[in-house]
Amino acid sequence: MEVFKTLIVILLSSVLVNNYVLSRFLGICPFLGVSKKLNQAVGMGVSVTAVMLLATAVTWPIQYFVLDRFGLGYMQTIVFILIIAALVQMVEILLKKFSPSLHKGLGVYLPLITTNCAVLGVAINNITDGFNFVESIVSSLGCGLGFLLAMVLFSGIRSRIDESEVPRPFRGVAITLIAASFISLAFMGFAGIVDKLFA
Amino acid sequence: MLPEILTALAVVAAVSLILGILLALFIRFFGKEENEKVKEIRDCLPGINCGACGFKGCDDYAAALADGKTKPNLCIPGAEATAAELGAILGIEVEPPKDVVAFVHCNGICGVTVQKAAYDGISTCRAASMLYGGPDACTYGCLGCGDCAAVCAADAICIENGIAHVDTRRCLGCGVCAEACPKHIISMVPQETAAVVYCSNKDRGADARKACKNACIGCKKCEKSCPHGAITVKNNCAVIDYALCTGCGACVKECPTKCLREVFFPDLIQ
Repeated sequence: MEVFKTLIVILLSSVLVNNYVLSRFLGICPFLGVSKKLNQAVGMGVSVTAVMLLATAVTWPIQYFVLDRFGLGYMQTIVFILIIAALVQMVEILLKKFSPSLHKGLGVYLPLITTNCAVLGVAINNITDGFNFVESIVSSLGCGLGFLLAMVLFSGIRSRIDESEVPRPFRGVAITLIAASFISLAFMGFAGIVDKLFA
Repeated sequence: MLPEILTALAVVAAVSLILGILLALFIRFFGKEENEKVKEIRDCLPGINCGACGFKGCDDYAAALADGKTKPNLCIPGAEATAAELGAILGIEVEPPKDVVAFVHCNGICGVTVQKAAYDGISTCRAASMLYGGPDACTYGCLGCGDCAAVCAADAICIENGIAHVDTRRCLGCGVCAEACPKHIISMVPQETAAVVYCSNKDRGADARKACKNACIGCKKCEKSCPHGAITVKNNCAVIDYALCTGCGACVKECPTKCLREVFFPDLIQ
């Protein structure tokens, strides 16, 4: 029971409280770049979730069984970058071979994710937070879902912005960033909620 | 100090090497072999990704052709030469594609169309048309902001005197401009077309005339004068059935507002 409680707290906190895009400001590039249309935003969100899960599943054992054992903990960042980049490429090759239709759907997004800081951030934060393997997987699932949530919310807002008359100095990136900051503010309202859930 | 730097270098080099070899092996064993046929077909296509064939680009069309899912005569920029080449590769008979050119059904030039407002917003037709149908009194006509010119791969469209003109010598007939036009007044007409309607206004004659002096008033004179039954007035605007039109020019003489005109589209540059 206690274990489940921890896992649910980790999941909820990574979706809402520590949302990677809106509270930790990681993965802003796809958040601003691919959020113009809802279907693209969902495609990107799902791809990022899948890659986060995969990256955590691979980097966690490497950290504990390879890097720590040989006292190479300080090489974490660069090793993780290399591993994640290679991993995404492998996934792309596999998808191309075994599921061309899925590859077509995700094709544009996979290369974008290759060096995405949100994915690297999840892999590294799971280690710094001292999660065990299951907790790490749940946490990265939560982070992925949080990213998806942020993308979907923001794509809705952007389609509204596109149709409205924006004052000239604010057009384009400016109004997009301002809108993003407002959602980020809204998400601050979640701070402290999760800890009290099971108190 | 130095040993640490060297260890770090060695680790990065080792990791990169291992991952590189892994990736190479991955491609070797799981990589999708490039389909020879697709490649051959792709080389025949023009490669401008205009989308006239209805696929996402030349690569997509080539893949569909290799699977036998579509016909080889859909490439309009490539015209007959490409269709024949594709037919040879696929080993099937092909009918040559029809040559079409884009035509803007509007003659609401400056000074002829009444302006109901001065538009000072985002300079695209799509944006202008969202604001009460655009600044012109005629809500059907060309807005002249050049959305069609912007998407044209062949640079065949220019905005002249407030409306879009298609240079039919350069037009590839891909139809991308027709998709881009928010007023839907660009249509693809057969190249041998002899007469076209220079208007898309669907209001009653009096209202149309008030908005634009060059508008079709739906008087049906052309419909009556056409000996081949090629013209019908639908929704207060003349429409030509190009398949029936013989180019006799009877309608052109009758049209009181000169919005039915004879045209001669020059040949495509091959």
